[in-house]
Amino acid sequence: MTIQTMTFLIVGATFLLYIYIAIKARAGSTKEFYVAGGGVSPLANGMATAADWMSAASYLSMAGLISFTGYGGSQYLMGWTGGYVLLALLLAPYLRKFGKFTVPDFIGERYYSKQARLVALLCAIFVSFTYVVGQMKGVGVAFARFLEVPFSTGIFIGIGIVFFYAVLGGMKGITYTQVAQYCVLIFAFTVPAIFISLQMVGTPIPQIGMGGTMEDGTYLLDKLNALSVELGFSEYTSMGADDRINVFFITAALMFGTAGLPHVIVRFFTVPRVRDARKSAGYALLFIALLYTTAPAIAVFARTNLIQTVSNQPYAEMPEWFTKWENAELIKFTDKNNDGLIQYVASDELNELTIDRDIMVLANPEIANLPAWVIALVVAGGLAAALSTAAGLLLVISTSISHDLLKKYLKPDISERGELLAARIAIAVAVVGAGLAGLNPPGFVAQVVALAFGLAASSFFPAIILGIFDKRMNKEGAIAGMIVGIIFTTGYIWYFKPQLGGFGTPDGYWFGIKPEGIGTLGMIINLVVALIVSRMTPPPPEIVQQLVEDIRIPRGAPQEVEIH
Amino acid sequence: MQGNPQLYWRKNLKYLAILLFIWFSVSYGCGILFVNQLNTIKLGGFPLGFWFAQQGAIYVFVVLIFVYVVLMNRLDKSFDVDEK
Repeated sequence: MTIQTMTFLIVGATFLLYIYIAIKARAGSTKEFYVAGGGVSPLANGMATAADWMSAASYLSMAGLISFTGYGGSQYLMGWTGGYVLLALLLAPYLRKFGKFTVPDFIGERYYSKQARLVALLCAIFVSFTYVVGQMKGVGVAFARFLEVPFSTGIFIGIGIVFFYAVLGGMKGITYTQVAQYCVLIFAFTVPAIFISLQMVGTPIPQIGMGGTMEDGTYLLDKLNALSVELGFSEYTSMGADDRINVFFITAALMFGTAGLPHVIVRFFTVPRVRDARKSAGYALLFIALLYTTAPAIAVFARTNLIQTVSNQPYAEMPEWFTKWENAELIKFTDKNNDGLIQYVASDELNELTIDRDIMVLANPEIANLPAWVIALVVAGGLAAALSTAAGLLLVISTSISHDLLKKYLKPDISERGELLAARIAIAVAVVGAGLAGLNPPGFVAQVVALAFGLAASSFFPAIILGIFDKRMNKEGAIAGMIVGIIFTTGYIWYFKPQLGGFGTPDGYWFGIKPEGIGTLGMIINLVVALIVSRMTPPPPEIVQQLVEDIRIPRGAPQEVEIH
Repeated sequence: MQGNPQLYWRKNLKYLAILLFIWFSVSYGCGILFVNQLNTIKLGGFPLGFWFAQQGAIYVFVVLIFVYVVLMNRLDKSFDVDEK
């Protein structure tokens, strides 16, 4: 059987599974639609959160990125996992106790202000929408390359599937589908890694294998370091001389951003109790860690394999995968010195080979000569990762519109059935909108992922943390902090991203901080502004202070706060 | 110890401070600030700083959350504020 038939079969089977689950888990009420009825077990919620969290980027691009940057890739590994510690310790249990549906709900009630709710609402929609467009594009790319259908057809298939289970099932359908998607994607990610680890270092556990010894008795990482240095790259396992501040700031921006992303936070509203919220964050990180500790191993294996396969080898003898990716224009070779050999070195002048980082995970099984079903599985995993993240984000967008905007802002007397219908229509519009935007993504999409994390870190995170841990925090402080944080972060990112039309240059960076890491500074500014302004304005009303007391303790039901 | 919300909250904050200190040390400390110094030490085939940055910190994160779960469940019970 060819790789392509195999891929059709495996991808088709997983899609049937998702649709079956969606039909089984239809939502009948707004509570089911927004938070899956609040009755999801911590284990299932942990898996769903992990699938929701791990996007096409984590799955397809991250290992490749690490592979080409070595130690520098650590910022993604720590940044996209460490945020869960903050979530579990500082946010999840209290927000669960608060017990509403959305992040703007919390901001609106805690800061007794419709303006605050509106600011939060706009941020939530902006962050989620930029994120989801990238996912839809990922779906299109994955289909296009492996099922050999046009890019647009790929996106339409993606829209169709997500449309079906998100509109029908809301959070309930999405959650149970994500459990299945997690299983598919983690299986697909680890199986090739195990095979390759066995091939290269003779151990089935990639996490140990990356520190293992090769057949000639040298440590794999020592070998890779030596190869890298020989070709003029920096040592794989060391930090570059001027990297420290940026690794630090980017890691922090990703961590605090993770803990402030609405589609992640909202998951902790779906479990029954406060203690389940804590435990569920632990499970989520455990499931995420399975992939995030495998990825650096894949990176090391792939990098070593790649260098050994191509470096100083005759171009004419390259294996089939090389030609295939060359045809897709993701590998390019120009024989600058006409010796027929591939010079793959750090120096721009002498280097003859350029490789797109994104192909590493997809090409890895082929590079290692694994069977066709493994390659097909990797494609199904990539689609599972993209679809699950897209669905979670779309839900945030629809909830923001039907619940936060319509029910709480424009039309408070809307009936339960009306709201549910509005939620379904909103998600349907969002799916199609995201699909169309993914079809023709505005050039800034790749750039705005940095913005999404920066905004989440510099707006939501401090506002929520202060809302829980600082009883004295009032609406003046929180709103001032959020606005200053957002404006500063957006301004800095726009100014230093030429792709967004800014005219700053890297030598103008404050303290040398790249735009990707500026959310950390934005967060600190937000905290400071909020604290100062709140101390100069009146304390929050008694009932809000009581609400804060309530959410700090697991037992009992929290009070209702009327917003004017 | 029953029914003293202030004391319950202070204990909670103490746990948070300790756990977040460890969280910061393994990632920002071992994985970033002191990575090159730690890399001179070997853990099997791994330079230690590199191991922390790409493996160790993540394992510690997972353990921290579960330790927190156990500590808080115990604290909730002893202050009689757990959910029935």
